[in-house]
Amino acid sequence: MQRAVIHPHPIPPGSISQTMAAGQNPVPHPHTVATEVRNLCKIYNAGTSRAHEALKDFNLAIRANEFFTLLGPSGCGKTTLLRILGGFEPLTSGICRIFGDDVSVLPPEARPVNTVFQQYALFPHMTVRSNIAFGLEMLGKPRAEIERTVEKMLDLVHMTEYADRKPDTMSGGQRQRVALARALAPQPKLLLLDEPLSALDLKLRQKMRLELKSLQRETGITFVFVTHDQEEALAMSDRVAVISNGCLQQVGTPEDIYEQPQSRFVADFIGESNLIDARVARFSGCEAILDIAGFDQVHADVAQDLAHGQPVSLSIRPERLVLSAGEGEGRGLATVFDRTYLGNAVEYHLRAGDHALTARSPRGGLRGRQDFAPGDTVHIAFEPGSIKVLLS
Amino acid sequence: MSARPLALSSRIPPGLARAGLLWPSLAIILLFMVAPIGIMFTYSFLTAAPYGGVEWTFSGAAYTEILFERDFLDDSLAFTPDYLIIVARSVFQAAIATVLCLLISVPTAYYIATRSDRAKNIWLFLITIPYWVNLLIRTIALLFVLRGDGPVNSALIDLGLISQPLPLSYNGFAISLGLIYSFLPFMVLPLYSAFERFDFRLLDAAYDLYASRRVAFFRIVLPVMRPGLIAGSLLVFIPSIGSYLAPDILGGGKTLMIGNLIGTQFQAARNWPFGAALSMILLTITLIVLLWLARRAARQQQLN
Repeated sequence: MQRAVIHPHPIPPGSISQTMAAGQNPVPHPHTVATEVRNLCKIYNAGTSRAHEALKDFNLAIRANEFFTLLGPSGCGKTTLLRILGGFEPLTSGICRIFGDDVSVLPPEARPVNTVFQQYALFPHMTVRSNIAFGLEMLGKPRAEIERTVEKMLDLVHMTEYADRKPDTMSGGQRQRVALARALAPQPKLLLLDEPLSALDLKLRQKMRLELKSLQRETGITFVFVTHDQEEALAMSDRVAVISNGCLQQVGTPEDIYEQPQSRFVADFIGESNLIDARVARFSGCEAILDIAGFDQVHADVAQDLAHGQPVSLSIRPERLVLSAGEGEGRGLATVFDRTYLGNAVEYHLRAGDHALTARSPRGGLRGRQDFAPGDTVHIAFEPGSIKVLLS
Repeated sequence: MSARPLALSSRIPPGLARAGLLWPSLAIILLFMVAPIGIMFTYSFLTAAPYGGVEWTFSGAAYTEILFERDFLDDSLAFTPDYLIIVARSVFQAAIATVLCLLISVPTAYYIATRSDRAKNIWLFLITIPYWVNLLIRTIALLFVLRGDGPVNSALIDLGLISQPLPLSYNGFAISLGLIYSFLPFMVLPLYSAFERFDFRLLDAAYDLYASRRVAFFRIVLPVMRPGLIAGSLLVFIPSIGSYLAPDILGGGKTLMIGNLIGTQFQAARNWPFGAALSMILLTITLIVLLWLARRAARQQQLN
């Protein structure tokens, strides 16, 4: 399913997207490429003994009007990519384009891009109002227009009553909003967000997720969001790029990434996964029959070509393992060795031969699921379509 | 609950113990600050004794002497700018030294603060090395460098750039140089610590918002570093304005500053009340500068 690349929301009257559409910055066609990098390499300390390759032959295109997330563990290169897009870090080789223009060697002040920094980097000696006005002043906008835009931005992020406060008198969430307003005020073609929610507590983080998403819809600006939090990425993004070790692992909608992981890394990093070693018993076009040690053979739909006898990994989400006391659809036996109560679900840690598996059942005996105690022997079945075959 | 305060003995009540902790500092302030300034203030309103010291009769003469000269014959007062010029010269010299120290220290401190930890320590060590030698010796050494037959002039003559030695010593230029040399580290160190605490991500943010390097420096770096700039400027300006050695040795006693004038009153001129009155003037100038800065800082606070 392709999500929200063309968003169905009409532009609300008086919102900033309207001024943008009327101004010099028309809303681009939904499938226009907002920014792309081609064969991008970044080596830190190149030529020294401490040389470190942060990005390896990286290719990525981000569409206009998209809420795009760069997701990966710390040190994977996602922040480096963001800093290259922002112009803060020179690239070693390759090309970086923004709306078709080659910006590879341009400094930050020459790019139509603004950034929300991780610790916000608000100017401590300036009021909220002057912080937001700064970019507009640098662009040499007329006084009246600056004042109008600043008011609009204050309103957009609900900070009007704090306009004359200084950043150090405000909470993390308020500073976050000011940083957003400051970066949006010059109406950039691309907004870069460097883990902006990581400094907030859980409740506020969840609230800001929704706000960020609606802000992106309202402004129609392409957001490039960096995070290591997969939940955040799934909740907010139109598309997600999973990055590991300087390489792009997979790009897709949150559903794609979660339901159709294409590598062991993605299956493991996004949500939780049971990863089981298996061997191809039979393969025909788009279906495979697989041998798992200690289990009956299982069927799986596959997208890639497999060879007979080939070792593969199977990825199965914990919530798609079905446990039952009776045999039924069961593919194998397992012993419960731990049960964890999670409030909205119960998690069972299972041992089946050499395999350690995790199963999660929603509370309330949905679909006749029973509760089990440590020591119980259970039959394991897999929901149809739940097995993803990954090349090891 | 706050932590249990440090105490020498648990039998002493905490209130008394706190007062006890304060008395060494109080004693020092009384002995070395309140008492001498009190004496100077008193002396400035007394009459000079012929061979030094004071006579205990009240007189405002010391203060009128700064601006007016009393005629020997008819006892009338005539305005004389001589002392005022010396006071003005002192303020001017101290201001020049402060501004030049600022210009030298900002790039220096920035450079040091952005090095690796190891390099930082080496640089800071090098900055403080000259201060292992007594200020008098360093000032005399500087005089030898600047003199007509000193290495600077000899080198310039040998290179054929000049035929006559440049007048580098015994003038205002030499005094400026001496003041800068004496007090430069008092500027470098506070600025270094200000740069050290400076969040360089603010610069990223400024560039991101289309600021040029120059604008980012003047609108972001300088305002954020203001406390450091003010601290450094005070630490240079205050000792400079009352400086005694630099004008005495490098100025050759010809270009007096207020410090020398005061010194002379207590020694050769034997006019203690006049020296005390000049000291009060110097103290007042310093306090005015401090008050002005404090009021500005308070106004800044109020804007928050």
